[in-house]
Amino acid sequence: MPSELSIVWIYPDLLSTYGDQGNVLVLEQRARARGIPTRTIHVRSSDPVPQQGDVYLIGGGEDRPQILGAERLRRDGGLHAAIQRGAALLAVCAGYQIMGTVFGGEEGQPVSGVGLLDISSGRGERRAVGELAAEVDPALGLPTLTGFENHMGVTRLGPGVRPLSRTVVGTGNGDGTEGCYAGRIIGTYLHGPALARNPALADLLLSWVTGPLPAIDDGWYQALRDERLRAVLPA
Amino acid sequence: MSQLPLRAQLASALGRTAATLSRATGRGDGSVIGGRVGLMLEPDLLRKLAADRKLVLVSATNGKTTTTRLITSALQELGDVATNAFGANMPAGHVSALASSKGAPYGVLEVDEKYLPEVLDTTEAGIVCLMNLSRDQMDRAAEIWLLAQKWRRALAGRPAHVIANCDDPLVTWGASTAARVTWVAAGQRWREDSWCCPECGGPLDRAGFGNGGQNLTAAQLADTSWACRECTFHRPEPNWVLDGEDVIDPRGQRWRLDLQLPGQANRANAAVALAVAETLGLDPGRALPRLRTVTSVAGRYTTVEREGRSLRLLLAKNPAGWLEAFDVADPALPIILSVNAQGPDGRDTSWLWDVDYRILRGRPVLVTGERRLDLALRLAVAEVPFQLCESFEQAVAVLAPGKIDVIANYTAFQQIRAEFGRAV
Repeated sequence: MPSELSIVWIYPDLLSTYGDQGNVLVLEQRARARGIPTRTIHVRSSDPVPQQGDVYLIGGGEDRPQILGAERLRRDGGLHAAIQRGAALLAVCAGYQIMGTVFGGEEGQPVSGVGLLDISSGRGERRAVGELAAEVDPALGLPTLTGFENHMGVTRLGPGVRPLSRTVVGTGNGDGTEGCYAGRIIGTYLHGPALARNPALADLLLSWVTGPLPAIDDGWYQALRDERLRAVLPA
Repeated sequence: MSQLPLRAQLASALGRTAATLSRATGRGDGSVIGGRVGLMLEPDLLRKLAADRKLVLVSATNGKTTTTRLITSALQELGDVATNAFGANMPAGHVSALASSKGAPYGVLEVDEKYLPEVLDTTEAGIVCLMNLSRDQMDRAAEIWLLAQKWRRALAGRPAHVIANCDDPLVTWGASTAARVTWVAAGQRWREDSWCCPECGGPLDRAGFGNGGQNLTAAQLADTSWACRECTFHRPEPNWVLDGEDVIDPRGQRWRLDLQLPGQANRANAAVALAVAETLGLDPGRALPRLRTVTSVAGRYTTVEREGRSLRLLLAKNPAGWLEAFDVADPALPIILSVNAQGPDGRDTSWLWDVDYRILRGRPVLVTGERRLDLALRLAVAEVPFQLCESFEQAVAVLAPGKIDVIANYTAFQQIRAEFGRAV
C-alpha cells in the first residue's frame, strides 16, 4: 500500500458538468476514514496528465468539451501510461464514452476515443434523463447500483469488457446493461457524484490500489441509498 | 397602445379576465394562465403588445428577477413600466405583464435563458441585458455553451443594444455578435464554468483560480480580467465598473451604491441596472435613489418572524447561487438549509457536490427539505456538523429565539413562503 494515495482528477476545466467533484471528495473521505492520507491533483486540459497517480477520475461534459478532452488525452498519453502501470480509473458519462474506440460528436459524427475500453458509442434517439438502478455483475460482489443518468449516448460493449451491471430502472448503455469494466477501469453513465450513492464502488477502486480495506461507518451513505432505491425500485 | 387591433384587444381582455379568475379562485397569481388564454386567441399577441414600447429583456442564470425589479424601479422615474414581477419568465408571462399595463411606455421583462432568442425575435426589444451563465438544473436546462451560442445567433444582425457583464467569459461570447454592446465589469464569483475559451476551447488565463472563488484573495476577486492563451478572445474594455461598494460610470464618476439588498451579487445586479437606465436616458444620480428603495424581491432577502425568531430567507437554486447566498449569510448566526428536487428545482441533486459547504463549519446547521438526506451526506463528507430535521417547523423549533439565516432552493423556498402566507 502506498504511504499516500494520489487521486488524479482529469480535466475538471472541460469535463466537470454537474457534481463530478463529488467522486473526488468521496474517495478522499473514504481513504481518510481508514487513516490513508490522500493527495489530489486537478489536471487542467492544458497540462500533462501525471503518470504516477493511483486513482484517476474523469467526468461528464457537453459535446464540444468532450471532443476536445478526447483529443488532448490521446495526444498526451499520460493516462495510458498510468493504466499500464496498474492505476485505477473511474470514467463517468462523457468521460466513459471517451475511453472507447469511438463516440458520437456534436452532429452525431464518429469521433475517435482514447481506446482504453473495448466499447463504441453513438447518439441515441432520445435523451435518457432520470434515476437509474442496476444489479452489479455478481463477480464484483457489490450491492445495487443507484444514481442519476442524463445522456443521449448508446454504448456497445466489445468482447474486451464486461457489463458493470444490468439495469432495473433506467437506460444505461441502451441494451439492458449499464456501464462496463475491464482490468482496473470502470465506466458508467451514472453522471456526476456516482460514488456518493455507491460507496462500495468507491471502495472497489481504492482497494485495487491499497488492498483490502476495513469497514467504516456508512450511516449517511446507507440512509441516502435506501431512500433513493425505495423511491425508484418497483415494490 | 390604443392602436391594438380588435382581435388583439379582445385576446388581451379575455386573458386579463382569466388572470382575475385565477387569482379570485386562489389557483395562482394569474400571470401564466392569463397570457396562455390571450396567446390562444391571438398567437401574435406578444408582438402586438410589445410594439411602440421601450422594451428591456433581462436574462441570466442567476439574478434575473432581482435585476428586472431594480431596472423597473429605476425606470419608474421616467414613466409607467410594464413588468413580469412574479418571475413568470416565458412568453405567456410576458403577454400577461404587457397586457396588464397597456398604457405603459416602458417594459422590463425577465426572460428565461432558453426563450431569449424567441422573445427577442417576437418583441424586437431595443435593449437586452445579460448578466451570467452557469450550470443550472442540468436535467431539464440546456447546456450553457449551447445556450450562449443560441444567444449569439439571436443577436447577430439585430439593432438591439446589449448591456452585458464582460467579467463572465461565456456571457461576453454570447453577447459579442450584437451590433452595439455596453460592457459592465460586474464581477464573477463562480468561475467553474469558465476555465475554457468559449471561442476556441483553449485555456483561459484568469486572475484568480479554483474552488468557485472561495479561496480567492480580495485582490484576486477584484481583478476580473481574462484572456485566452490560444486565440485572441479576451475581456473587452468595460464601460462601467463595479468596484466593491461603488459603481464607476463611463465618465469615471464613482457612485456609492448603498443598497438595501445585501451582498456582492446584488451590487452586480445594480451596476447592470444603472447601465440599462442610462441607455434609456436616466443618469445614475436619478436612478440610484430608486434602486435603494428595493428591500426584497418576491420574498428573497425578506425577514419573517415566528415565536421570537427572525428568519431571513435566501433563495439559492444552483452552485453559483449558493456562493452568493453564503456571501450574504451571517457567519455568527445559525442557519437552516432546505433542499427539494421537484421539477422546477431539477430532479437531479448532483449540484450539491459543486457547492463548497465548509464555510458553514462552526455555526449551527439544520438540514431539512424533501432531499435532506442528499444534503446530509454532502455535509458529512465535507465534515460540516449538522442536525437533520423532519420539517422546516421542527428546524425553527430546535433553535433558540433570535436571528436565523435560511437558504432554500426553489420549491423549498416557496414552501417556506407559503407557511408565512406568502405575505413576504
